[in-house]
Amino acid sequence: MKQTRLMMGMPITVEIVNCKVKLFHFQEIFNYFQYIDDTFSTYKENSEISKINRGLLTKSQYSRDMQTILDLAERTRQDTQGYFDIHRGDKIDPSGIVKGWAIYQAALSLKQKGFTDYYVDAGGDIQVSGLNSHHQPWIVGIRNPFNREEIVKVVSLKGKGIATSGTYIRGAHIYNPQDKTDNLAEVISFTVIGPNVYEADRFATAAFAMGKKGIEFIEKLSGFEGYMIDKKSIATMTSKFSEYVVKSVEESEKKDLKSIQ
Amino acid sequence: MDTKKIALSSIVIVSFLGYSFYVKAEGINQMPALAPVGNNNRQAMMNSIPTNTPTVTLFPSATPSPTSAGSSIVSTPTAVLPTSIPTPTPKPNSQYKDGTYTGSVADAFYGNIQVQATISGGKISNIQFLQAPNDRGTSIYINSQADPMLAQEAIQAQSANVNIVSGATDSSQAFMQSLQAALDQAKS
Repeated sequence: MKQTRLMMGMPITVEIVNCKVKLFHFQEIFNYFQYIDDTFSTYKENSEISKINRGLLTKSQYSRDMQTILDLAERTRQDTQGYFDIHRGDKIDPSGIVKGWAIYQAALSLKQKGFTDYYVDAGGDIQVSGLNSHHQPWIVGIRNPFNREEIVKVVSLKGKGIATSGTYIRGAHIYNPQDKTDNLAEVISFTVIGPNVYEADRFATAAFAMGKKGIEFIEKLSGFEGYMIDKKSIATMTSKFSEYVVKSVEESEKKDLKSIQ
Repeated sequence: MDTKKIALSSIVIVSFLGYSFYVKAEGINQMPALAPVGNNNRQAMMNSIPTNTPTVTLFPSATPSPTSAGSSIVSTPTAVLPTSIPTPTPKPNSQYKDGTYTGSVADAFYGNIQVQATISGGKISNIQFLQAPNDRGTSIYINSQADPMLAQEAIQAQSANVNIVSGATDSSQAFMQSLQAALDQAKS
């Protein structure tokens, strides 16, 4: 069974392959995302994060989830040479790490309920588990950032997380302050496959912020693969990314022809 | 002789000043780089949003200095949009009244989206983003060349036979919501 809700301005989809699954299982996941939005949205006046930013809460008053997220954000800052940073002046905005973490928590809650075959997708960042309804690994397409109707890469995933960081608001108006001719909007879309969606998401975010050298950063991380699309529609991939790729029929046919010859 | 000298040098001074104002104005106009490069309409609209400021008004860096004598050359930068923006109706000629309408604020998790639509001649002539988030709100730093050892390919369309799709968080829903609210006002 598959359910989708539009929440937090994006579609959240959960599919569970199990004949015993009921609607309330999905509702629990959507309620969880609602709680996440109510707690971590910097655009909600009464969210915990907004209260923290207004100086209304002391550290000892932070909720457990808030403390967890802030610790994870700090760890990620260290893991990414400072590219990932939730500090904005005297305010903090952890939304760059919250989504991946929340998807992973939602997926873990399904596992705790005994489900083995499912996925949780929030705005294109996905945790998969087990197999799809055809008893195959989940098949995930990477969207063409220039044409949202199109898929430009197909990967097959078992128990992994995949996240794409990108900008639908591209443009030539961001410059490297040291060199005005260096256009930072080179990278349009950056997809990372990792051990889970939390890990994939935080490193996709950081790698995207690094510009073209982001792919080298992912290459050096063990257990992670990346697929980066630049503004010229050229994709650069890490060395083992191809192990996940599902070849299109045409490509497979070419390979077959070669092997016959 | 003296008057001739004065006249000549003042011509030189005036043209130099004029040129420097022109250059300055050109520089200011180039900064926001508003010309959309996308081939798809919505993509092109999105191109004109700055990515570095999550909720601030558009193009803060492009505000020309009001004291500049050359400021008359500087037009207020607005999001330049293709004229073929899809309107919700196939016959846009009589439905919308001319004017500028501000849409509702729509929540898109990483920030709010709010647009202002300008109708002229019964058609949408301009859409400005009053508020726009960027994906994950992370600052963008310096880039460098990608490792030439890593495999590259030109992206190409694949079979759409997939279970799930991964892509950057799409706020088009929030965009359409805000635009619709603006257009509803234009109808009345």
